[in-house]
Order: sequence, then structure tokens, then C-alpha cells
Amino acid sequence: MTTATKTRAEAVPARTALDRLRPRRNPWRHPWFLEGFTWLYLVWSLVPVAIAVLFSFNNGRSQSVWQGFSWRWYFADPVNSVLHDPNLHAAVVQTVRLSVYVTLVTVPLGVAFALGINRWRGKTASTANFLMILSFVIPELIFGVAMFFVFTKLFRPIGLGTLAEVLALVTWNVSWPALIVQARLVTMGRQYEEAAADLGAAPWQVAYRVLWPLLRPAIFASAVLVFSGVIDDFVLVDLLNSNSGNTPMSVYIYSQQRGGNGGPALNALGTIMLVMSFIIAIIGYIGYRFMTRGERGSRIDALTTIAGSEG
Amino acid sequence: MAQGQERVGPGRRGQPKQKEAHRLFWAALAAPGIIWLALLFIVPFYAILAIAGGYLDLFGVPVPVWNPLHWSTANFSKAWHDVAGSSAFVGPTILRTLVYVALASLIALLIAYPAAYFVARFAGRRKALFLILLIAPFWISYMMRMLAWIDLLQTNGYVNKTLSLLHLIGQPVNWLGGLGFTVVLGLVYGYIPYLILVLYAGLDRIDPALIEAGRDLGLGRVRTFVHITLPLSRQAILTGMLITVLPMLGDYFTNQLLSGTPGTTMLGNVIDDQLTSSGGVLQGEGAVFSILFLLVLIAPMIYYVVATNRSSRGAT
Repeated sequence: MTTATKTRAEAVPARTALDRLRPRRNPWRHPWFLEGFTWLYLVWSLVPVAIAVLFSFNNGRSQSVWQGFSWRWYFADPVNSVLHDPNLHAAVVQTVRLSVYVTLVTVPLGVAFALGINRWRGKTASTANFLMILSFVIPELIFGVAMFFVFTKLFRPIGLGTLAEVLALVTWNVSWPALIVQARLVTMGRQYEEAAADLGAAPWQVAYRVLWPLLRPAIFASAVLVFSGVIDDFVLVDLLNSNSGNTPMSVYIYSQQRGGNGGPALNALGTIMLVMSFIIAIIGYIGYRFMTRGERGSRIDALTTIAGSEG
Repeated sequence: MAQGQERVGPGRRGQPKQKEAHRLFWAALAAPGIIWLALLFIVPFYAILAIAGGYLDLFGVPVPVWNPLHWSTANFSKAWHDVAGSSAFVGPTILRTLVYVALASLIALLIAYPAAYFVARFAGRRKALFLILLIAPFWISYMMRMLAWIDLLQTNGYVNKTLSLLHLIGQPVNWLGGLGFTVVLGLVYGYIPYLILVLYAGLDRIDPALIEAGRDLGLGRVRTFVHITLPLSRQAILTGMLITVLPMLGDYFTNQLLSGTPGTTMLGNVIDDQLTSSGGVLQGEGAVFSILFLLVLIAPMIYYVVATNRSSRGAT
């Protein structure tokens, strides 16, 4: 209180002294410089990708000289298009397959974990929660190394391949539903549950009749994040794939480009990944808005939740 | 509150037993996740230790040793030899990794903060539009974004064309031929979307009333920022830096795609190469480096976990 009055007392004469020296500027003027900077950033971050998408439609091998529009790298070329090249084709299938499998396992596992940990309490629960958050920040390469060794040296029947990829990706992604659902449980408070329990509901009834409807948006958002996270994942699948039948798109792009076999077909593959992710994002946004209709919260909240920055 | 309700009415005598059943229910719900983490998170890290403490068989294949009492130090001394010995190649690589990551994360912060600040504070009614554009890279695969730059940076690519059109360069520059500059910018480009989202979330949470109060009391724009906004966003800066620096340190693909020459090798490349070495001769050493890497990073990681835990459990 005293400091505030003091600052004001000092500041007011200072401002009038300055006014004499230079014309008065509107203190709430729009920060054009910052806005320009932000636009520059956005151009820098998005235009290269737009150009890469454009070149996936190039009617030629070049990735830097435009030779006209064509669908040849998607399906028109009988040999090198995504549709006809068996490796490219397999990569698309593998990515979709991994995303579906991993989402189906991860979301129930993570949601049950979050609920249980949040209500159970005790040492075991907090240790497990600690581990789960740790899995969120461990560098993916180190986690990948651990997974590589465990599947090649200990759980040898699993070996490398799709199963190893799924198991690793589930562990890597389980913190999404677990963190988001826990965050939602905190903001929800416990009044509804306590009311239901007071009226005689058993915990499973509470879970089904009270928690499930309230948590549905959070669960949905985490499913979207897991699904798109698996589409984009690279390090784990790079270390755990064993042949072209279980190599997803990200790894295929990397290994081809690295081996000097780049070309517009890779851009086409990248564009397919991009379109898949955007479709998931749009479904996620619309679905989340639909599920949270009638609640306080805005488009902005839905956007940031779908991008995973709430938990 | 709950205790007050327990005392109501005689019909609740079965409470302790019921409470125990409730506890069991929640424990059972958490159990699959806990078992999963034990088998596929704890055990794998133990496997790294077992490989690091193991030995090579006659064919040069690494054999894990599961009993800690029988661990050998062969891999550790080999690793030490590569870090500091006469033909050491890992020492300089570690130094290079630190320099690249420090530069990249600093540049990323300098770019991300103003942009996040603008969108959080001044975007007004266009906030949703700006947010969509900020979030978009988050949905574009990392590989696609690297591919985009590989296209642009080719010798006959658009970057060289633009620069020579502006007469800034005489000869086309071979950007992808092993320049540290390209790798650092690649890292910035790759990881900045994650940083920007964390910063945006942190800046958006600041109560505008605090900033307005500062302005009303006569602080200029700069001083308001330095004395109010910046201190209030310190937590977001820290988390954001962690979330970018940790994966950058383990990155091997950015550098491999944008340069691929030994002159820009990072620690991640060393581990990746050792893991995929033919027959796995170097896997033991790779395991040692993974462990050392983890040990160095354990403090910042635990800091992150504690911070997250505090905010995710919140008031409960």
C-alpha cells in the first residue's frame, strides 16, 4: 500500500517533466513493432512448409524448380507414387495402424491410472505419479535406448517390430491422458462426487454416473493428442522398427532423405501426414467444443486444450 | 466435512469396511498403469544398466549382466577413453552439443517470447486466428518441417536464389554441407512451437489488472514489462526452456538431415550410431553414454516433475 502511493507520487512529476521534452505518446497505442515481429515469425514458421506441400504436386523430380502441377507423386505415377510404391504405401498403413492401436490402449490405461492415483493417495500412488510425469520429460532418445535393450535382450520374444513400437509408444504417451485427466479432476473439485456418495452411490457408480460425463471432454482431448502424437513420433519408431513392413512415414522420410533418395514423393508423404494431423485437429476442436457446450470456456480454451497446453 | 456427514444417522455403521473397499477400488483402477510403468519404464532403464555393466561375448555381441554385483567396468573405461583418451572423439562432441543447444534455445527464446507476448496481450479479437497459426506447426510433423528446409536450402534452392537476387552472396552457399549455423537454426525451427505454447500459456495467465496497475501508476511500457510481466512469467520461461532443451540435447535427426557430416556431430548421434553399430559391438558403450546423459539431466527433470506435480494436483 505504502509503496504504491510512493511510486505514484514519484511517477507523476516525472511524466510531466518528460512531456515538456517530447510530444505526448498514447500509452495504450497498438504495439505495431511486436505485431510485425509476430507476423514475421509466422511467415518463417509456416511458409517453408507451404512450399514443401506445393512441391509435392510438382510435375518433375526437382524440389526447388516448379515444373507444373500434377498428382503424379500421389497416385498418377505407376511406380514411384505413394499409391503404387509398396514401401511408401506400407509406411502410410503402418502410421495409421500404430496411431489406432496406441490410442486404443493408452487412453483407457491413462484415464484409469489418473482416477485411481488421484483418489487412492498414499506412497505408492505418489511414486507412480512421479514416474508417470518423469516419462513426460525424459529425452526420447534415452527412453528409446532403454526400450531397444529391453526388447532385444530381456523380453526377447517381443523383439523389434510393430508390437515393440506399440508398447513403447503407449508408455511414452500415457502421460497425456493421465496429466490432462488429473488437471480436470482438480478443476472439477469433489462436490459432485461427494453429493452422489452421500446419496448412496458406490465408487463405481460415482465413476460411471458422475465422473465419466464430466471427464469426457478431457478424455477426448487426450485421445486426440495421443493419436496425433503417434503420427508425428519419430525417435522411438526409428529405433524399434525392423523392416519396411513396420516402418511408419516419419522414419521412412528420414531414412530416404538421409540416404540421398529425397524427392517429391517424400513431400507427398509428408503432406499426407500433415493432412492426417490437421483432420485429427479439426475433429478434436469441433468435438471438444461440442462436448463442452453449455460450459464456460471459449474457442481459445478449446484450441489450447487440443494443443495440449492445459495440463 | 466428510467426517461431519459420517456422524449422521445410524445407518452408516459399516463405514470403515466400506471405506476400505472404496480404497481398493481406486487402487485396482490405478493398478494396470502402475504395472505397465514398472514393466515398461523401470525395467527398461535397468536393462540399460545391465548392458552397460555387461560384457561382449566371443562374437562381439553385448551380453547383459542382471546381477549388480557382477557388473564389469569394461564399458565404462572404454567410454572414458573415448571422452578423454588420446583418440577421444566424444569430448569435443559433448562440447559442441552444449554450444549448439545453448545457442539454439537462446535464439528460440528471443523469437518465441515476443511472439507469445503479443498474442497473449495484444491480439484482441484476432486472438483465435493468431493462436491457430501459432499452434499449426505443432500439428505438422517434425520430419515434414525439416524436409521443407532441406528443399529451401539446396544449392539451387530458394534461399540461395533469393540471396543472390539481393546480391548478398556471389556463389551459391552449400547450406547442407555441414554448417553448424544450419544445424542451430534447424534446432530452433524444430523446437520453437513447443516453447511458444508454454510461454503463451504462462503469459496468458497473468492478470491484466496487475499490468494495468503498473501502467496507471506511471510505469512506462518497458518498465512495466521488466518489473511486472517478466517476473510473473519466470516460471513459464523455465518450463519452456526445459521442454525445449531436454529434447534438443537428445536430438540426432535434425543434425543428420541438415548436415550429416562428422564436423557437426552431436551427442545424440554418438549414441544412435553406437546403438545401430553392426552386430551391436558398441551397444555397451552406448548404454554407458545413455546413463551418463541421464545422470546429468536428472536434476532438471526432477525439477520439472515437482513443478508439474504441484500445479496438476493444485489445491487438493
